[in-house]
Amino acid sequence: MIEFRTVRKQYDDGAVAVQELSLTVRAGTVTALVGPSGCGKTTLLRMVNRMIEPSSGTVLLDGHDVRDSDPAVLRRGIGYVIQQAGLFPHRTVRDNVATVPMLFGRSRRRARRDAEELIERVGLSREMGGRYPSQLSGGQQQRVGVARALAADPPVLLMDEPFSAVDPVVRAGLQDELMRLQEELGKTVLFVTHDIDEAIKLGDRVAVLRQGGHLAQYAPPEELLARPADDFVTSFVGRDRGYRRLSFVDSAGLDPAPVDTVHIGDTSADVPSRAEWVLALDAHERPRGWLHPNATVRGQLTEDQLIAGGSLHTLGSPLRGALDAALSAPSGLGVVVDGDGGFVGVVTARHVLDLIEARQHPALTEGAA
Amino acid sequence: MFEPLVRYFSSPSNREVLFEQFAQHVYMALVPLVVGVLLALPLGRLAQRVRWLRAPLLGGAGIVYTLPSLAVFVLLPSLIGTGYTSPLNVIIALTLYTAALLVRPVLDALEAVPSHVTTAAEALGYRPRRRFLSVELPLAVPALTSAVRVASVSNISLISVGALIGVGGLGRLFTVGFERPDVVQTVVGIVATVLLALAVDLLLVGLWRLLTPWERAGGAVIGE
Amino acid sequence: MITEILAWLTDPANWSGADGILAQTWLHLLYSVLAVVVAVLVAVPLGLYIGHTGRGSVLVVGFGNAMRALPTLGLVTLLAMMFRGSAALAALVVLAIPAVLSGTYSGVRAVPAHAVDAARGMGMTSGQRLWKVELPNALPLLMGGVRNAMLQVMATTAVAAYVGLGGLGQILISGQQTGAYERMAGAAILIALLAVLTDLALAGFSRLLVPRGVLLAAAKSGTRSRWRR
Repeated sequence: MIEFRTVRKQYDDGAVAVQELSLTVRAGTVTALVGPSGCGKTTLLRMVNRMIEPSSGTVLLDGHDVRDSDPAVLRRGIGYVIQQAGLFPHRTVRDNVATVPMLFGRSRRRARRDAEELIERVGLSREMGGRYPSQLSGGQQQRVGVARALAADPPVLLMDEPFSAVDPVVRAGLQDELMRLQEELGKTVLFVTHDIDEAIKLGDRVAVLRQGGHLAQYAPPEELLARPADDFVTSFVGRDRGYRRLSFVDSAGLDPAPVDTVHIGDTSADVPSRAEWVLALDAHERPRGWLHPNATVRGQLTEDQLIAGGSLHTLGSPLRGALDAALSAPSGLGVVVDGDGGFVGVVTARHVLDLIEARQHPALTEGAA
Repeated sequence: MFEPLVRYFSSPSNREVLFEQFAQHVYMALVPLVVGVLLALPLGRLAQRVRWLRAPLLGGAGIVYTLPSLAVFVLLPSLIGTGYTSPLNVIIALTLYTAALLVRPVLDALEAVPSHVTTAAEALGYRPRRRFLSVELPLAVPALTSAVRVASVSNISLISVGALIGVGGLGRLFTVGFERPDVVQTVVGIVATVLLALAVDLLLVGLWRLLTPWERAGGAVIGE
Repeated sequence: MITEILAWLTDPANWSGADGILAQTWLHLLYSVLAVVVAVLVAVPLGLYIGHTGRGSVLVVGFGNAMRALPTLGLVTLLAMMFRGSAALAALVVLAIPAVLSGTYSGVRAVPAHAVDAARGMGMTSGQRLWKVELPNALPLLMGGVRNAMLQVMATTAVAAYVGLGGLGQILISGQQTGAYERMAGAAILIALLAVLTDLALAGFSRLLVPRGVLLAAAKSGTRSRWRR
């Protein structure tokens, strides 16, 4: 657990980076610090490993004041990942990852062997271990940065805009990888970003900071979207807030309806022309596409006669996927599948919206029913 | 401690020698600097545009740069037929050094001109030569200045070596001072050389400021 | 002319003896290497300290520029007059220091800031950061500084023969005093050759010394900074 107790940071030139701020990061969770540049988020992060000392207030790590530890020793016990990865150009990937265990005095052989395992764990091949940082892409370097931070198995991980320097596609991959790792490892993570979407995606809780180092709101992401504390948070959280919030609303109670289906390979005799949209499935009952109303099939039904479908909603996943499936389907019918991708039923946007309303105003809908 | 200095400067012949050699020194410093720069620009451009010429040009420049000045001063006469004690030997040698020193910075400076700028210039209808002279070269000036300053300062200090083979310049004060021996004259020579280097350096900085008015804007963006 | 120079160079009599080419080449190399080694011992620790702490960086730049302006011949003759001929060795060291100092200093400064930040954040002590991160990554520029210093010293050693230090310059100067141009030119060729070969040897040594990862990273961007001869 990391605890900031009324910490304040004022630089010699009088600029205040952090204004009497208190915040508790729960053990085993990811807390995202988000805010515009100059909001003090990096300053706050760097107070934890004493890269920056607060002007007043204390930072507690598992109940101990960090000032009681020798900075170097303290830092070896805390994973640290930064924007440009900060890999050592003169060391191979393997030796970069082995750095902290070797600082702890572990043998080179053992540290290297452990490093190779970690390299695989962050999604790189073992052979990458022999390469040098300049031979890797930005995304790969960042993975090595994460592996290096994890090498000594620290309970706490500080991540300072670790994915900001890579392109959006790679970034999404890195974020997913981090979420997967976090599920396995359950570290206490403090994650600094300026990207509210990243904060919402990764954070179990999100702390929104305002210029001058004020804490504007500290809440779980769904609450941030549902009830922004003030105008600053509202504008920072941005557009489509309501829609994005559906990512945190489960779809229990959503009741998919049946629809006419045919199978790939059916002959024209089996597929009479109908006035409604018809969903085509493959041999494993997985949806492949739609047949237009009144479409006639010649010979056997093949995939090239189908209209491509929209996104799929997996049963039990957040409501945002259901609404998106309905809105993106050519038929206006969102296809719902089970965990194996098998067809379950369809929902309309109307269905989804009714469900949302029923939850927001239970009394009203019950009264009407 | 000023007494020997006063005595040195009170002699008209001393003053005359100093003035004469100083003027010779200035001449031998400035000509190679100007010609060397003019030589390095097309060479650097060539290295930038013609890829296969890049390695031999830079390699050649590296070797020229490695040659000790005294050796070059001595060898030039038999290579180009100048007189053994001709100031031309020193001037040509320093021109080569200057060009050799500057080829790489010219190349780097040209490469550092943002491609969006050259593309825009092309789109505006600049022909290559005009584009080089009126767009790329001015933008390369700031990066070049520091290299030109290094060349100028080291040229001024190197000219003295020419005195060993009988060429004039402030180096005369060192050889004459050593033979006599006369510490004061030597010190005067050293100080004069350093002052000259400093003066030319200031001149170059001034010239640079004159040539790049946009650098003085200090990056202040109006409206921000 | 060329044939006379070649004749002088190929005459075995000129190679042997106490004032012969072999002895003077050896002396030339010895003085130069000695001066650079002393300069390295002084300037590398100083450059590392200044680069690591950032303290006194103005000094490096100011000192470097001032030293560049000093005329080598003036310095050599002055020291020889005030002390004796061999004091010119001190001039060699003095002239070699700025190149090594600025190479070391700029080498440390050129280490990517994020790598140093990461080293700090991972719990390396100040000394560990210097030895394990900054020094290995500073080596390309540091060695560039050493090479520049060697060029400078090789050239100045030739000049210092004027005050009786010895070395290949001695042959050149004596040739000049007796009007034997083939001796001057032959010695000049040998001086040039020795300088080029020494630089090549240092370049090779530098390739061995600089870690492979740093070479690979440097191939993507940086170049060697130039001093003067």
